[in-house]
Amino acid sequence: MLNPGRGVTVIKSKLISRRMFLLTAAKAVVMVGLVGRLISLQINQSTKYKSLSDKNRFREWKLAPERGVIKDYFDQELASNEPLYQVHLVPENAKNLNELFVRLKGILNITDQKISYLKRVIKKQKEWEPVVVSDNLNWSEFSRINLFLHELEGVEPIVSVARTYPDNSSAHVLGYVSQISTKDLKTKKYLKDLSVPGMTVGKTGLERKLDEQIIGKVGFQRYEVNAFGKRIRKIQINEGQAGKSFKTTLDYEIQKYTNELLQDKAAAVCVMDVYNGDIVSLVSAPSFQPNAFVHGLNKKYWNSLINDGKKPLTNKAISGLYPPGSTIKTLVALSALENGIIKTYDTFTCKGKIELHGEKFHCWEKKGHGIVNLRKGIQRSCDVYFYEVARKLGVDRLSETAKKFGLGKQVLSDFFEERSGVVPNTKWKKKFIGQNWYIGETLHSGIGQGYFQSTPIQLCLMTAQIANGGFKIEPRIIFDKKNNNLRNYIKFKKESPNEPLPSNLLIKNFNLKPLFENQKNINIVKDAMFSSSNEPGGTSYRHRMENPKFTFAGKTGSSQIKRFTEAQREAEVKQTDLDYKDRDHALFVAFAPYNNPEYAISVVVEHGGSGGSAAAPIAQKIIKKVIERHDLRQEINYSEGEPT
Amino acid sequence: MLQSRSIHSSLGLKDRILSFDYVLVSSILILGITSMFAMYSTDGGEFKYHTNSHILRFCVFFGLFFFISLIKIRFWHSQSYLIYILFFLLLLGVKYFGLTSSGSKRWLDLYLMNLQPSELMKIGLILFLAKYYHRISIENINQIKFLFLPIIALVAPVILVATQPDLGTSILIAAGGITVAWLAGVRVKFFAFSGLIFLAVLPVAISFLKPYQKSRILIFLNPEKDPLGAGYQIIQSKIAVGSGGLFGKGFLQGSQSYLDYLPEKHTDFIFTLFSEEFGFFGSLFILFLYSLIVWRIIKIGNLTRSNFGKLYCFSFATAFFLYVVVNMMMVLGLLPIVGSPLPIMSYGGSSMMAIMFGLGIVMSCKVYNDMPVN
Repeated sequence: MLNPGRGVTVIKSKLISRRMFLLTAAKAVVMVGLVGRLISLQINQSTKYKSLSDKNRFREWKLAPERGVIKDYFDQELASNEPLYQVHLVPENAKNLNELFVRLKGILNITDQKISYLKRVIKKQKEWEPVVVSDNLNWSEFSRINLFLHELEGVEPIVSVARTYPDNSSAHVLGYVSQISTKDLKTKKYLKDLSVPGMTVGKTGLERKLDEQIIGKVGFQRYEVNAFGKRIRKIQINEGQAGKSFKTTLDYEIQKYTNELLQDKAAAVCVMDVYNGDIVSLVSAPSFQPNAFVHGLNKKYWNSLINDGKKPLTNKAISGLYPPGSTIKTLVALSALENGIIKTYDTFTCKGKIELHGEKFHCWEKKGHGIVNLRKGIQRSCDVYFYEVARKLGVDRLSETAKKFGLGKQVLSDFFEERSGVVPNTKWKKKFIGQNWYIGETLHSGIGQGYFQSTPIQLCLMTAQIANGGFKIEPRIIFDKKNNNLRNYIKFKKESPNEPLPSNLLIKNFNLKPLFENQKNINIVKDAMFSSSNEPGGTSYRHRMENPKFTFAGKTGSSQIKRFTEAQREAEVKQTDLDYKDRDHALFVAFAPYNNPEYAISVVVEHGGSGGSAAAPIAQKIIKKVIERHDLRQEINYSEGEPT
Repeated sequence: MLQSRSIHSSLGLKDRILSFDYVLVSSILILGITSMFAMYSTDGGEFKYHTNSHILRFCVFFGLFFFISLIKIRFWHSQSYLIYILFFLLLLGVKYFGLTSSGSKRWLDLYLMNLQPSELMKIGLILFLAKYYHRISIENINQIKFLFLPIIALVAPVILVATQPDLGTSILIAAGGITVAWLAGVRVKFFAFSGLIFLAVLPVAISFLKPYQKSRILIFLNPEKDPLGAGYQIIQSKIAVGSGGLFGKGFLQGSQSYLDYLPEKHTDFIFTLFSEEFGFFGSLFILFLYSLIVWRIIKIGNLTRSNFGKLYCFSFATAFFLYVVVNMMMVLGLLPIVGSPLPIMSYGGSSMMAIMFGLGIVMSCKVYNDMPVN
């Protein structure tokens, strides 16, 4: 027997078995625990872990959508997209980076500085992440790259799109686009899911206002990625959606022409269809290069824009505030007539100045205009006549008329930067300045000085609503559908002079909103404006157009920057003798053709001196051009159906 | 007794093969085949290096298992000390000639394969102690002088392995050894006492831990603290298992492993991969197979007459169970990532060799269950 005592063995084996039994029980407990853990992970929490797994697995690369196009009334593209040629480099695919850069240098214009920068970037990134070697190549460079592509392993030619503008003529209206800034992301909610590298957003003008619709929907490429972020395969691709395109009421030809006329000036022009309020032209000068903003702005250029005293970045046509000056006299006269304050034949005598409570109020004509009635008052722009009228009328009635005709509030809803200006009255002064109104201030208001502030587009609207016979129009710059109620009404009136229906019913039938009590009053003002432009002694007589097709009726104005001192007045200092900064702004408003008004125009030339000499000649040229293109414009208006 | 010995010593090959525990054999085979599928999936659905060599290894070591099963248990009993000493020498060899990989020195280059002696030591220590306690009478077991040898036999390899460093394996070696001693009747008091000593020494031991080992323990306590660093493995493993759901993502569809989110998917995390692809039911299947294996080993231990056989089988069953459970708890986020392969499933020749060797001796106990060992 080689074994130790059998009895002992048995006892021992019993001990072992007993202990083993305990261990086995413990094992069972542990097993149950494991199964419990599996139940918890794979059944109870499996939804959570499934989504975590998908989050791991998929990564999306967003694709910037194409911005919608902005067109003019004749479908000329004012803001379009151009292909953007880029060269990317995927370091992983390149055999020898140094060699590759030497080759690239031979083909493209890249500096050693850029190369060393790129090398630093490559070192920091993962080797399959592309770097942008050149972000805006011209076509010949790009085709050269494509030609040599076989010996440039790792280089990828990429075609993308970028905003482009044909020129700077409509820069202010359209605005510009630029890279999304962190501020944009904070303030513009619609950008929340749109943040794509390389995507641009509208910063000013229509580009900004329309941004949400014009920007399009971001597409994405969904890739399966591994733990290191490398793309394994494409799962899904969504091209996104190009932004909505917009058609404006602008005429690109006129924009260009106006922009040329305003070269070197600080000025603004607005041209409007008097019947439907279509803005035919809206130009501010000096302009800027909108294309310069698309691919990251050059610091030097930016500084030159910022430091330019003529403020090229401001859209003066809608956010430049100018006292309306004598152009307001049309409304003063109209308001006085409507309120029955004066009759056309009422006269005042102008001796060059009047005195009120010891304060002197000068007429621009030192010698005085003699006996002045309404027509002559407007023709010669006699200040004394309007001092007297305004005194009788009172500022509150004047402000009511002015507001009715569109002053003191925004004209368009398409611009964040548009300003509303000021139409003062007694309540306004109490509220905003906290003082009582002085009668002297009424006199200043009567010639459009003092607290009055208006934008060129407001003056244009005012003129248009006088020109169309005193009907309210809703100016617009985005064309959506034909809007010809007023034009049809005028046409109808002309074609059926014997219409028995009373005109107030007719107006209602055509769904029009008259701004007048008595339309005769409007015609009186229009006639006076005609005399101002077309009769000797009129303030813009020198720039008249005799061809009835182009004949316009207008009103000059100048808004004072600095009041003349008595000494200057005595010395008969001329505007041209003053420093540029001290000269008056020159204003001119007009409508044409006189017999059959179609368009209204307002011109403001900053520090231009007098309206008759600085603003009227510009208006004259533009009016001619606009009317020459009138038939073309009407053709479009009537031949095209509803735009899509 | 003499008679029975003569019967068994004259068992023919056919008889021996017939007396195998076929439930155990088929469990092992099924698990082996399952592991081949899992390995095929880690290779991205192709027969690549890992799959091919795993299949080869399984076949070779399954052969080894078969071969060892046919040898008399008496032989294994008599050679136990020698085997232990051989494995210990190999461990020493690692210390001086070992291959270093990712910061630890665990392997010996044996030309045909890189051997990891610490894996073999898991079995070696059990064999050694089973033989030792087989000999010692129940009265003597708790005498201090009979505790010296087992302690030295246990502590020496554990320290060698722990300093490779390979914390996981050293703990598992120790666990195997302790199991044998406890089963043999060493008093609980003794273990409690050494536990206290261990706790006292622990701070000192921790100061010897490599920084990465310290961080692993810390990370285990709060994996979300460092999601991209060391906690990454636990989080990704939980995501993989959890996202498998009830039925799994399907064979070869495990995105977590396919896209390399799963670390060490061939070795320690093979269960995670399987669990992701085959879901809760797949996991249960694996658990069932392992339980079956453990149960059959215990059953063989019960049938074996010799205390050596019993001690060995029970201890091996427990150790085997521990390997499985430690690995699973690790990948399920219940234990720190200590680095311990899943028996049979994981890629790794030494582990496979050790397990098959161990199972072979179990089967030898079965074949010669009536045979005294000395």
